[in-house]
Amino acid sequence: MGGNGKKVIVVGGGLAGLSAALKIAESGAQVELFSMVPVRRSHSVCAQGGINAATDPHGQGDSTWEHFDDTIYGGDFLANQTPVKGMCEAAPAIIDLLDRMGVTFNRTSEGRLDVRAFGGAKFKRTAFAGATTGQQLMYALDEQVRRFEAQGLVTKYEFWEFLVPVIDDDRRCRGIVAMSLDGMDVRAFPADAVIMATGGPGLVYGTNTTNSFINTGSAAGACFRHGVDYANGEFIQVHPTAIQGEDKRRLISESVRGEGGRVWVPKDGKPWYFLEEWYPAYGNLVPRDIATRAIFKVVYELDMGIEGRNVVYLDVSHLDPAYLTSKLGGVLEIYEKFVGDDPRKIPMQIFPAVHYSMGGLWVDFGQMTNVAGLFAAGECDYQYHGANRLGANSLLSCIHAGFLAGPEAVKYLSGLQNPTDAVTLLQQAEKRERDANNEWLKKDGTENPYALWREMGNLMTENVTVIRENPKLKLTDEKLLEIKERYENRVGVPDKALWKNQPLVFTRQLENMIALARVVTLGALARNESRGAHYKPEFPDRDDANFLKTTRAAHSPHGPVLTYEEVDIQFIPPRERKYDVEK
Amino acid sequence: MANEKSIILKIQRQPGPDKASFWETFEIPYRKNMNVISALMEIQANPVNAQNKRTTPVAWECSCLEEVCGACSMRINGRTQQACSALIDELEHPIVLQPMAKFPVVRDLHVDRSRMFEDLKRVRAWIDIDGTHAAGPGPLISPHRQALMYILSRCMTCGCCLDACPQVNSRSPFIGPSAISQARLFNMHPTGAMHKDLRLRALMGPGGVTDCGNAQNCIHACPKNIPLTDSIADICRQTTRLALFGSLRK
Ligand SMILES: Cc1cc2nc3c(=O)[nH]c(=O)nc-3n(C[C@H](O)[C@H](O)[C@H](O)COP(=O)(O)OP(=O)(O)OC[C@H]3O[C@@H](n4cnc5c(N)ncnc54)[C@H](O)[C@@H]3O)c2cc1C
Ligand code: SF4
Ligand code: SF4
Ligand code: FES
Repeated sequence: MGGNGKKVIVVGGGLAGLSAALKIAESGAQVELFSMVPVRRSHSVCAQGGINAATDPHGQGDSTWEHFDDTIYGGDFLANQTPVKGMCEAAPAIIDLLDRMGVTFNRTSEGRLDVRAFGGAKFKRTAFAGATTGQQLMYALDEQVRRFEAQGLVTKYEFWEFLVPVIDDDRRCRGIVAMSLDGMDVRAFPADAVIMATGGPGLVYGTNTTNSFINTGSAAGACFRHGVDYANGEFIQVHPTAIQGEDKRRLISESVRGEGGRVWVPKDGKPWYFLEEWYPAYGNLVPRDIATRAIFKVVYELDMGIEGRNVVYLDVSHLDPAYLTSKLGGVLEIYEKFVGDDPRKIPMQIFPAVHYSMGGLWVDFGQMTNVAGLFAAGECDYQYHGANRLGANSLLSCIHAGFLAGPEAVKYLSGLQNPTDAVTLLQQAEKRERDANNEWLKKDGTENPYALWREMGNLMTENVTVIRENPKLKLTDEKLLEIKERYENRVGVPDKALWKNQPLVFTRQLENMIALARVVTLGALARNESRGAHYKPEFPDRDDANFLKTTRAAHSPHGPVLTYEEVDIQFIPPRERKYDVEK
Repeated sequence: MANEKSIILKIQRQPGPDKASFWETFEIPYRKNMNVISALMEIQANPVNAQNKRTTPVAWECSCLEEVCGACSMRINGRTQQACSALIDELEHPIVLQPMAKFPVVRDLHVDRSRMFEDLKRVRAWIDIDGTHAAGPGPLISPHRQALMYILSRCMTCGCCLDACPQVNSRSPFIGPSAISQARLFNMHPTGAMHKDLRLRALMGPGGVTDCGNAQNCIHACPKNIPLTDSIADICRQTTRLALFGSLRK
């Protein structure tokens, strides 16, 4: 074991986890990096669009302040302004560094980084690498971390599942318990500093999400159930146009509507262009949230989805095929690949899908949770996007938060006074989790965990996405409690093997997903206003007097307990965010 | 083409690395627009085989479900490909699923591809930056060069090319086409080129680039259309020059 004798555990090897690991290893400390999949296969590879930084290569007058203002405004003033300001200021240097790491960013004719326009931004500031920016950033960071792995400073535990944090009586983190996904052995790993970088919770919505299959949010849910607070859970971003799939939803870019795509459902045997009818001024070009709500209304309230299914048409078949190929080639290719139909001839079938969670583990401005020594970074933290995330800001926030959390964790270790041994505590936690596994393996009930998960996902999608009504939210929580009861008493694990037992792992994750589902639902129920991605027809306006506040959920045996915290608005005073005009 | 009511899946299963494999057949309800992953998910939610006997869900790897993470490679009707982009409506019926054959089986369709990540270390598939401190932007790169680097950089370590390559097998030390192509990628980068020789030397001995028999199976197998044989030819030229001149560093 080389290095300076310090050790940090990083859970998660997406952009946030790799960024943290890199900084820690560079400081000379040891990193133990845990991931349920080889880190190179983390969800971050899915990001297509790009990463924001006010580098202003075209001399348009962009600045980090403009980026900061757009982010705060886009987030409907719910984000704490100090950390967001820090992120926007750090962004140009992050892009430079990624460039030095060899990211294959698109170039200008002079060979510098090119930028494109993105939603919610006044200037072109999105750097991109073809149509797979997330993948390209992931590889660059993965490669740098592999370099430190080759030097012995990073030890990877791939195909290991984080189960619980180990927290002592002084509310300090002392390590984690994890399970090998091959041999299913449960082990405690000591560490006085642990960084959670475990990504978003899209699977709480079943398969109705653009997230990867591994994005259960289970790790964050487990932390929550062990006393780590969860903030702004009710803020879930839904993307209006995604391809329906049995296994997941796949994003179809907004540019399709931009190029003339029309949204419709059949009515009396004829196409009904409901967006054009309801919003004559903007037609199909209404902003994301309005389009999403309209589609929900057609499908759920009017029950007019195509053939009774939860889909509507997104139609470009009236446009010239050659024009389509030149403007939208890449996007239409995705549809063709995964659906098998040519959108130039047959209207696409789409439906909104859960895309991103603005909420996450509560952290302070140094990325530390309310448990000392336990940090969080990336989509699993709540810090940078307020009530709504701007496109291309997430890749940035993941890397920035990782770059912040890594050194903060090392600093925390340096400040520890005579750390005591936690051997007994760790052993107890390990035994508890091993016993729990054995208990689960015995479970032979009639409820299949995957079927139960889908049921919960559909419940959440119907009631806790874009249109939120208090009676339905109340009912949803009752149903979640019922699902929890069925889970606890009647779930059956359909595999008893002690080798690569994926159903056992999933069953354990489901328990944490149910806990997070309740946090989201109860947070939404309590927030009687509309802000960002959270919309209640009963309370259509933003209510700063009562709700310019961070929701903070704490675990209790009776369910989540909500408190509210002031938002840091010291730089930009809140102003009205208009939904009905395109920026 | 599946019939309208159900899909038959014949799956080669294996409980563990040292266990014998066997075939199990499943019949699952057909729906429009299914891919192989959703068929496997159907088995998870209702693990009953075609003989109506309860069984265990099939183990396999997946993550992104949109052909960008590389996790879900398997042999589908004999052809190695990604399960997430394999559409049921476009496959011959019944559908035969097998694990890739060039990697050790972990369980069922899940294989151990860790050698591919080790191979990335062997070819130093990274840029040797001085550190993560602020040091200005990277070197200028022409759009033309970026376009080729981007194509090479889309390799998702899925292993389809290795599975298809006749020179890759348990008795051969051949590193295989994807790592060679990564060496080419990093040698193309202005900073990466400073450590060109190290990458090339790693590919000069046994198991290196000369073990390629030029069978061209790899390019047909690659889901990302990476020009692997071009990469191999290019690295061959570079290693030859290195052998002749002793160093290519600039
Ligand atoms: C289709 C799509 C397109 C997107 N496009 C963009 C875009 O263009 N620009 C943008 O800025 N953002 C985009 N986003 C959002 C962005 O991709 C994500 O928010 C971001 O990648 C999250 O990164 P992360 O590091 O937090 O987590 P992830 O990349 O999800 O990584 C999580 C890591 O944690 C590990 N992990 C999780 N749970 C456990 C556990 N229990 N035990 C062990 N390990 C665990 C996983 O293995 C993984 O390594 C997009 C999202 C989607 C779905
Ligand atoms: S060209 Fe070389 S690497 Fe590709 S399949 Fe043939 S032998 Fe293998
Ligand atoms: S070169 Fe192609 S087939 Fe080979 S690992 Fe990379 S993406 Fe897969
Ligand atoms: S699941 Fe990622 S490539 Fe298929």
